[in-house]
Amino acid sequence: MNRKVALFVPCFIDHGFPQAAIDTVTVLRRVGWEVVFPEDQTCCGQPGFNTGHWKAARPCAERFVRIFSDYQHIVCPSGSCTSMVRKHYPELLASSPWHGEAVAVGKRVFEFAEFLVRVAGVTDVGASFPHAVAYHPSCHATRELGIYAEPLQLLRAVRDIDLRPLPKEAECCGFGGMFSTKFGMISAAMGDTKAVNIEQSGAEFVTAIDPSCLMHLSGVFGATGRKLKTIYLAGVLAGSSASRTTAGARESAR
Amino acid sequence: MSTAAREFLRKAIVKSADLEHRATIQRAIVTYDAAVAKGKLRFADWEAARTLCAAIKADAIANLAQYLTEFEQHVIGRGGHVHWAENADQANDYVVELARARNVKTVVKSKSMVTEEIRLAAALEKIGVTVWETDLGEFIVQLRHEPPYHIVTPAMHLSRRQIADLFRDKLGENVEDGDPVRLVAAARVALRRAFFSAEMGISGANFLVADSGMVAISTNEGNGRLTTSIPRIHVVVTGIEKIIPRMNDLAALWPVLAASGTGQPITTYSTLVRGPRAGGEPDGPEEFHVVLVDNGRTELLANPETEEVLKCIRCGACLNVCPIFRHVGGHAYGTIYPGPIGSIYTPRTAGLSEWGHLSYACSLCTACKGVCPVKIDLPKQLLVTRRDFIATGNVKPAERAGFAAFRWAAAAPARFRLLAWMGCKALAAVNALGLSGTALDPVRVWTKYRSPMTLPKQSFREWWRENGNK
Repeated sequence: MNRKVALFVPCFIDHGFPQAAIDTVTVLRRVGWEVVFPEDQTCCGQPGFNTGHWKAARPCAERFVRIFSDYQHIVCPSGSCTSMVRKHYPELLASSPWHGEAVAVGKRVFEFAEFLVRVAGVTDVGASFPHAVAYHPSCHATRELGIYAEPLQLLRAVRDIDLRPLPKEAECCGFGGMFSTKFGMISAAMGDTKAVNIEQSGAEFVTAIDPSCLMHLSGVFGATGRKLKTIYLAGVLAGSSASRTTAGARESAR
Repeated sequence: MSTAAREFLRKAIVKSADLEHRATIQRAIVTYDAAVAKGKLRFADWEAARTLCAAIKADAIANLAQYLTEFEQHVIGRGGHVHWAENADQANDYVVELARARNVKTVVKSKSMVTEEIRLAAALEKIGVTVWETDLGEFIVQLRHEPPYHIVTPAMHLSRRQIADLFRDKLGENVEDGDPVRLVAAARVALRRAFFSAEMGISGANFLVADSGMVAISTNEGNGRLTTSIPRIHVVVTGIEKIIPRMNDLAALWPVLAASGTGQPITTYSTLVRGPRAGGEPDGPEEFHVVLVDNGRTELLANPETEEVLKCIRCGACLNVCPIFRHVGGHAYGTIYPGPIGSIYTPRTAGLSEWGHLSYACSLCTACKGVCPVKIDLPKQLLVTRRDFIATGNVKPAERAGFAAFRWAAAAPARFRLLAWMGCKALAAVNALGLSGTALDPVRVWTKYRSPMTLPKQSFREWWRENGNK
């Protein structure tokens, strides 16, 4: 097998939370995979699709399919964006000339944890993370893609980690893309409920395979004066310190 | 923004921040979740049961006209009457005229969401008829002059304490410790009197059985049986989508409805009625009427993309699992049907422009899809409702401009970089000036409820240019 992956970096990660993608590169390389980044990529179109702007989303989707059609393995540090390509492109592009290619590309796009465990066959990446951590199973990864065991397998293999069970783990954190801005008050209330559950777990960090959930939760923690910290899964696996988390970035920016 | 959308936002702001409300609902849901988890264990294969029920309802919807006609023939054959109502007015007019013609003064109702939908009680009250809701939860919200909070548990939002206070004020019953047994006894005294004075009983239907012309009604308090057997006239008011092909189908649908609705093995009183009292029968109504309500349902049916919505058996599972429902509650929506199914059903039947905003009151967490006992793809329905809402021109100018800009930028990395760079600079300026979360903050919709957005020194692609090939 050609051990090369093309990195699909969601637009908000590229410009807002690059550390999630950087840590993804670090871990993929550590387990022996070559990483390429097709620089022509922009956005998969999920924001448009989810808000009913399918006309705006369609060219994004066609563009994505064209750019990634040559790659055998495409890896994405987001369950939600992976789900957009795999589960929703076939419908969005139902009458597009790119439909067939979209279905084919969808089968080659993998969420990062899913890729490590199911494709690369790795569960122990040799990381160490001496903190109490709760895993938040994000909605699209868990319910649309069926990715649940894989991130937990990876986390259990981390040295010195204190993995805490999260009460009511399956409940949404409240991000929901544009929902978080259209109905900010509901989104924040849901984030608050999630925060209460994370606090109950006794964890110092919450991790997930969707940086978007963490971006939202980090904002809610900050607004409600909580000391909880967020870290994307690859951050844990890269063995990175707290200063490289989104919460850490906030602290260092102050 | 429509009036309904403004109202929803207003109520959502209040309820989202109401920690007492949140705790009340969380307690109720914890009890429900535990009961349902246990209820599902009674099935050898819950997934197979869901698949079977989905198939039964899909068949019913695909052959709706045929099954309804079959049902109608059975009812007429036994001396009952069937009235087809295209809309709420036609349904209400029929029942009101009947009440007037038969000199009805008092009506007892068992629980029916369709009668809420068409506002039948108000239409009857207008001609001087006294209407008693006999489901305990409905009785409680009727005393409070409130619509039901939830389609299965109408008084879910109230504590025993609040109900005790209500009964003291409205019924003159003092149940100081809020003991549920004594509260039920107090309601029972009032309702028994109503049952024996009513000339007309109005029920809904959980299922209409085509092959035998039977009406299936599930209640937990026996009030359905009293409503349908004591008064001399029984009127069934129900939606056309309640039809099922065969009596045997109840063997699957009854336990699945009970498991999803409350976690019970089967609802306490599973009643089947089929017409007026026949010769030689000691009791039952003298007259039997069925009002089949369309009220927008055939529009859902006419569109292959939305017809599956008619499979809904009103179990309430999607409401209970919905984190938005759990945080804003059933009254915020301003609709008869709240939660995921209501956020699809209402825009589709009562108007996209007025109600389309509800399809956005969803984080697309997809939990509802997993619990629906008839496998309606609720998240997909919400997405296509949004698509149709936008297609019919319901979009704010700023959002339209935003997506136009986004589409332009996403077509080329250089443009996307430019847009992102401008956004980052603007944010950095806002943060530097300490304006985050204020009216001058362009991302106030985000920062109003969250700490300021911080931005990295470089984007991933900039990092990649420097480090990618190392």
